[in-house]
Amino acid sequence: MIRLEDVYKIYPMGDEPVHALDGVSLTIEEGEFVAIIGQSGSGKSTCMNIIGCLDVPTEGRYLLNGQDVGAMKDDEQAFIRNKTLGFIFQQYNLIPRLTVFENVELPLIYRGMGERDRQAPVLRALEKVGLVEKLKNLPSQLSGGQQQRVSIARALVGDPSVILADEPTGALDSKTGKEVLEFMRKLNDEGNTVVLITHDMNIAEMARRVVCLSDGKITEDRAMGRKH
Amino acid sequence: MNIEQSFKMAIKSLRTSKMRSFLTMLGIIIGVASVIILVSLVNGLSSEITSSLEAAGTNTISVNIMGRGSNKSFGADDMAAFIEENKERFKAYSPVVNAQATAKNGVDSVTTSVTGVNELYAGMQGVTLEAGRFIQFIDADRLQKVCVIGTYIADELFDGAVYADSTVKINGSSYTVVGVLEETADSTEGSGDDIIYVPYTTATRLAGNANVSSYTIAARDVANIDDTVDLIRTELYGAFGNENAYRVVSMSQMIDMMNEITGSIAVVLVGIAGISLVVGGIGIMNIMLVSVTERTREIGIRKALGARRSAIMSQFIIEAATTSAAGGVIGILVGAALSFAAGAVFDMSVAPSVGAVLIAFGVSVAIGMIFGYFPAGKAAKLHPIDALRYE
Repeated sequence: MIRLEDVYKIYPMGDEPVHALDGVSLTIEEGEFVAIIGQSGSGKSTCMNIIGCLDVPTEGRYLLNGQDVGAMKDDEQAFIRNKTLGFIFQQYNLIPRLTVFENVELPLIYRGMGERDRQAPVLRALEKVGLVEKLKNLPSQLSGGQQQRVSIARALVGDPSVILADEPTGALDSKTGKEVLEFMRKLNDEGNTVVLITHDMNIAEMARRVVCLSDGKITEDRAMGRKH
Repeated sequence: MNIEQSFKMAIKSLRTSKMRSFLTMLGIIIGVASVIILVSLVNGLSSEITSSLEAAGTNTISVNIMGRGSNKSFGADDMAAFIEENKERFKAYSPVVNAQATAKNGVDSVTTSVTGVNELYAGMQGVTLEAGRFIQFIDADRLQKVCVIGTYIADELFDGAVYADSTVKINGSSYTVVGVLEETADSTEGSGDDIIYVPYTTATRLAGNANVSSYTIAARDVANIDDTVDLIRTELYGAFGNENAYRVVSMSQMIDMMNEITGSIAVVLVGIAGISLVVGGIGIMNIMLVSVTERTREIGIRKALGARRSAIMSQFIIEAATTSAAGGVIGILVGAALSFAAGAVFDMSVAPSVGAVLIAFGVSVAIGMIFGYFPAGKAAKLHPIDALRYE
């Protein structure tokens, strides 16, 4: 379902253009749990942005469910992000002025769903992450782990085909981080496609497949035995 | 995203920073309030003027004779003959001679306006008496030194106690008080009660004029009053051969002229107040630009979650319009309150018109949308990654 074909991403920086992605080809099938691992500057964030339809390749093609994202207009990309992708960010990226409930319902609002239709899926998503009783709280009233769970609920609420997690445990202590990872594994077990971006091999090992990036190139792509 | 949703978000963000929202609105509040106050005052003033002119009778025509050639004249006798000739058109007429004079009774003295009229004046102008009689034909004919005084004069010179043989010294000559007017305006100085009527023949002497230069004429029919005015003009042109020698205006023409004048005053004043609305709009634009910058990350998040350009655009435009409209509503309330207060102070019937209120509201919403457009466009064009990375 995710298909990168010889993708380049080149940033013009002074005289020396930077090749953030240097000919990456990658296919991710439905139901996979893939970790993309690399040091900072390896191109993993650029890779995540392209997979997340937040950015387009300079060269090469990116096909998501067979559609060429690079050829799309802004609003079409917004539509794809809304329908197909669920984001989990390192910094949670919740909107501080909005309550937990209002944060989680945002993707549904942008999908054009009416107020009544939104209720049930939002509550279901919050139930999944165990935060139904906090729905009227503001993000600032929650712990880091809880905030990350809110952002997971927000990623899940629109029932996306792919969940993209960018260093989801980066801002959490190791115990809470572990819980979040367990949760992502559970989502994968339920049939969701999960793509995890990290620099930490220990975290990457939670996935079923690990893709190593270095200097914009894939250096390794291997299946993992499941650790329990 | 629908409008209702954007509106809710706008209200929410207004409420999270109340002080800032209020200061942003202040320009609009002041602008709208001053427009409302000015429109109300000008409306009140013009209806005041119109009603006082109408009280004098819409069938009234006033004639002023200014320059005459040395050997050409049109005196009171000529006017009397002319009116007599055209009886079917005219109901009544009176010469009007105005003079400033000092009136004295013993040590009490006032400076007031003395108006010389004939016996028909009171009927034409709706002047009513509290006691005694008005000027009569014989008074004018025989140059009698009699007068009718307003209640202000009666209070000042006689402490309100005027007797049949009371006299008042006007510019040194003694006049018998034959009547006291009914109070029309609380007996205050400079009001309609601060007046003395004398026979016009006596008044020409008092004013030091050889002849009468003003007349008040009552037409029989209001419907063809313009023709009647023309008739008088033709007669006077025949006498002087010069259009600049006289001026003939009917009361309805006068009302039209007054309304035209107050109308253009209103346009100028509202235009000036309108400038503060534009300044208020710029204030909103400024704050919206700051708000877009502050919320860059939020915009990035919204875009990542699938917000289209139009959704971001409408969010910010509606926020600007809501700010501005809220300012408009506060401005309307403040303006209306101050208008009523001013009305009470100046004793005028001042009320903000529904039209002015609706226009003020519409304009403030429009200002928010216009000045919110540029910041909203800036927000909508942000690239999601750049916005997400923004710290």
